[in-house]
Amino acid sequence: MNARAFSLIILALPSLAHAQGFAGLGEASDGFAVPQQGYEFIFPDDHGPHPDFRIEWWYITANMTGPDGTDYGLQWTLFRSALTPDEGAGWATPQLYMGHAAVTTPEEHFVTERLGRGGIGTAGVTADPFEAWIDEWSLSGDFDTLDLTASGPEFSYAVTLTSDGPTVFHGDDGYSVKSAEGQASYYYSLPFLTLEGVLTLPSGDVPVTGHAWLDREWSSQPLSETQTGWDWFSLSFDSGDKLMGFRLRQTDGDDYTYATWIAEDGTTTAMPDGALTTEPLSMHQTIGAEVPVRWRVTLPEKGIDIVTEAINPNAWMTTSVPYWEGPVRVSGSHQGVGYLEMTGYE
Amino acid sequence: MTGHVFRTVLSHWRRNPLQLFTLLMGLALATALWSGVQAINAEARASYDAAAATLGEGQFAQLRRKDGAPMTEATFVSLRRSGWLVSPVVEGRINSVRLVGLDPVTAPGGLGPVPLDGGADAGRFFSGVGQVYGTKDALDAIAVVTDAELILAPETAANTVITDVRIAQDLLDKQGQIDRLILSPETPLGRAELEAVAPDLSIIAVQDNSDVGELTDSFHLNLTAFGFLSFAVGIFIVNGAIGLAFEQRRGMVRTMRAVGVPLHQLMLVMALELLVFGLIAGGIGVVLGYIIASLLLPDVAATLRGLYGADVSGSLQLRPVWWLSGLAISVGGVAVAAIGAFWTLSKMPLLSGAHQRAMAMAAQRRSVWQGGLAICLLALAAVLAVTADGLVGGFVMLGALLVGAALALPLLLDRGLAVGQARATGPIAQWFWADTRQQLPGLSLALMALLLAIAANVGVSTMVSSFRTTFVDFLDQRLASELYLTTEDAAQAEDVIAFVTPRVEAILPIQSVDRTVLGLPTEVFGARNHSTTRDNWQFLSAIDAPWDAVHQGDGVLINEQLARRTETAVGDVATIEGRAFPVVGIYGDYGNPIGQAILTEQMFKDLFQPPPATEFGLRLPAKDVAQLVADMEAELGLSPNSTINQAAIKDLSLGIFERTFSVTAALNVLTLAVAGFAILMSLLTLATMRLPQLAPAWALGLTRAELGRYELIRAVVLAALTFIVALPLGLALAWILLAVVNVAAFGWKLPMFFFPVDYLWLGALALIAAVIAAFWPAVKLTRTPPAELLKVFAHER
Repeated sequence: MNARAFSLIILALPSLAHAQGFAGLGEASDGFAVPQQGYEFIFPDDHGPHPDFRIEWWYITANMTGPDGTDYGLQWTLFRSALTPDEGAGWATPQLYMGHAAVTTPEEHFVTERLGRGGIGTAGVTADPFEAWIDEWSLSGDFDTLDLTASGPEFSYAVTLTSDGPTVFHGDDGYSVKSAEGQASYYYSLPFLTLEGVLTLPSGDVPVTGHAWLDREWSSQPLSETQTGWDWFSLSFDSGDKLMGFRLRQTDGDDYTYATWIAEDGTTTAMPDGALTTEPLSMHQTIGAEVPVRWRVTLPEKGIDIVTEAINPNAWMTTSVPYWEGPVRVSGSHQGVGYLEMTGYE
Repeated sequence: MTGHVFRTVLSHWRRNPLQLFTLLMGLALATALWSGVQAINAEARASYDAAAATLGEGQFAQLRRKDGAPMTEATFVSLRRSGWLVSPVVEGRINSVRLVGLDPVTAPGGLGPVPLDGGADAGRFFSGVGQVYGTKDALDAIAVVTDAELILAPETAANTVITDVRIAQDLLDKQGQIDRLILSPETPLGRAELEAVAPDLSIIAVQDNSDVGELTDSFHLNLTAFGFLSFAVGIFIVNGAIGLAFEQRRGMVRTMRAVGVPLHQLMLVMALELLVFGLIAGGIGVVLGYIIASLLLPDVAATLRGLYGADVSGSLQLRPVWWLSGLAISVGGVAVAAIGAFWTLSKMPLLSGAHQRAMAMAAQRRSVWQGGLAICLLALAAVLAVTADGLVGGFVMLGALLVGAALALPLLLDRGLAVGQARATGPIAQWFWADTRQQLPGLSLALMALLLAIAANVGVSTMVSSFRTTFVDFLDQRLASELYLTTEDAAQAEDVIAFVTPRVEAILPIQSVDRTVLGLPTEVFGARNHSTTRDNWQFLSAIDAPWDAVHQGDGVLINEQLARRTETAVGDVATIEGRAFPVVGIYGDYGNPIGQAILTEQMFKDLFQPPPATEFGLRLPAKDVAQLVADMEAELGLSPNSTINQAAIKDLSLGIFERTFSVTAALNVLTLAVAGFAILMSLLTLATMRLPQLAPAWALGLTRAELGRYELIRAVVLAALTFIVALPLGLALAWILLAVVNVAAFGWKLPMFFFPVDYLWLGALALIAAVIAAFWPAVKLTRTPPAELLKVFAHER
């Protein structure tokens, strides 16, 4: 899941002060639609927004290398958050958007953020032709290829993503349960994207190639009130297999875990609560909070017993709702790369 | 021992309570006027700061259309989509409250319209009926026009309410429009050039978008100058009182030093004593200052809003910045006033006493360098009169002139009295003149205060009256139409035109657009070709028949503010909407803070394609106005608010004008009162010292009643001489205010008129003040027991 930081989109909202769970994600879903088991996804419509749900995101992470073999990470996220379950028109729309973009190098981590209101044209998403945008940032294309741009005061990027694998649905055919009480979201991914493009950094332009992972998720109350944060992994192994897994931390000290095993051909296996284990190995003090940046991750059913290590432990997102998100390297039973997101550590 | 010394030093005041009262009251009054003015300034600055904090004024660069008109929402969207981090602002006034619509989502760095916490609900701010934040007064004024939730937010800028862009667009009827954009300092890489995205916009840098700040600064400088003048007058009093007290305590000092009190201990005790007085008087002064400020603040707020469009809270808060500065200036004032006295004390030979004549002789020596300094300052003022044109130059000139004249006053008076003495025949007259000259040093400080007060009164009243005369003339020429009406829309306008056409002599549409002309925000008007304007308008400078040129489409008329601020003269070219027009005339436009330009009606329509006019001036015989209004209300359903007759507008305008200057008038009266007080106190304290001089005159046969009468005559003579000096000084002051300060502060120059009757009244007032001030001392003199006068001979030192 990457319920991720986003919901934060609750913007500067007052609700943050007395929010339930992390960034208000645990709030009751009054009036909003609730994800139902057995939902049939229809494309391209479901690439577009679902304004009757409280929160939604278009989330891209990518592991890349430069010409000299240096590792880079890239993040692009557009969050949608609705104040009320309707679309409205013009300024009166209750649909708010928040964009996060970041580039991580082994030494540096660049972050920038945008906020905007739907309805007037500065931010929004259209399904056909597909475009998700906020200000000059944009993700657009036909899902065979997608163009992705973002820029901040210190960096910008323009990359092209090409699909070479199927769309993957998490949980029960895209119905992804987030707690023992049954909170859930709709959740699908495009984990098989190859990337090519250019990063513009203070040191100059860097041509990059690599792999990207697109997550789509929407819900109205994805977390339980007692869940305080999560650790989320999207890993690509050299074998061609992939793993998406998360641990939701609870106030009582217990966890709720889930994983989707994605074979090289795109077939998925949903792993129930408890199948995935995650164990912090070492902590690191970032400018925002102390977070675990080395993890032992096991999924015995698939013979996974690995250690993930942050490429840059200082990948703290200094956004209005802060969190940690950055590229990781995988070693142990499997080799590879991936992305890690950790929330609720402040 | 210090305790004994302290008690001994203080015993002087117990024996001279009047002197103590003079010292404390003089200081308290001076502090009151100073801290009152500072309180007003502090309140205004706090209001500007609140505006900066809540509205980002002066903090962020802005984008506006070059022509000053609102931009479309589409412009905002395409800027954002090109990497320009801008946030929209929609603003206007409703019921004279400034309504500002912001978008908190894009507003840069904490530019919270309002902190969206404390139970606020973002959903209710962004959608539904919406929310409006403001102070109580502002919310009360806006409540009638909106059903949005009103949220009390005391930290909001004065007279301003803040709401969402959406609500502001609705309330101001500006759907789809944005007045300006706030530009975040953050610049994303690869941002497109502004020229490529929105060529009709220009960036206004942070330091350039505070025109109002500069203008209001000049107003505050004005007030500060007034406060300082009052303070200076007060310090004259204090200086006199302290000097006298030290003089009278020479005997005591001599005795104490003779019995072994070290000089440094004596001086320390006296300094401590003055510090205590300074704090006590400062405390009283701050309280009085608070009262003055709270009485004046509503008018100051009205003035700032009326003249500059700057919003200032009308209620006063106790701010440390001014009450601390009040105490500091009180103590500092005592120190300044006492420096001379301490100097004399420290240099005094151990056993020396005081003599009146010696004092006068010392004054004569002092007068040499005093005269030199006066000549230097007056020369500086004269040079500045030719060269200075800015606000600071104006005030320096003002200061040099006033201080120079004050320093020169004792010399001038002495010369005047010498002339009287030379012409005097008979011993009594000769004694009278000689004795008056003898008293001059003791009275000169009080007379200087009187001089400054009279001059300030003459100067300021000349300025205000000149302004008023000009303004009334101006209203007569500008408000020539007998009736003004505003229709709700074009359809109603058509009905009205059809209805009134047969009944009026002319219908003059009033239409304007906001554009940037010669680089300044300007209202451009389209004028109909009619004798109303031809006959009534007077120009400050113009070509022959300027209206002909305008109506042929070959010229533009601009107001004086625009001409002065852009240094444009008749014959120069002003570009409006891409078209160049020669300036054919410049007209006075008093009281208008911004630029104005007038084109002929047809040219106006061609350039701007304005919607049909909805405001009109109607020419008709004055006696028919009431009937026409009644008929329009009855037959067209026009609301009573939509028409206003000439007389009502004039009353309204003059009302604003009077309020604008009520502050100045009030400060004026206070200054004169302080000067009167100074004279009274000087005479009272002198009276006791003068017995040794009066006693011989009494012994030679003058009765006490005669002596008292001469005291009164002396006061009148001195006041009259002072007034003779003050009159030209005041007129010079008026000239500086009108021709230099006013131009720098407001952008227009006023013709100067003279008001001899007013000056005569003022002169009479000054004489009456002097007589009143001298009356009590004179009465005391007539009632002095002969034994007291006899004692003078027994005590002869």
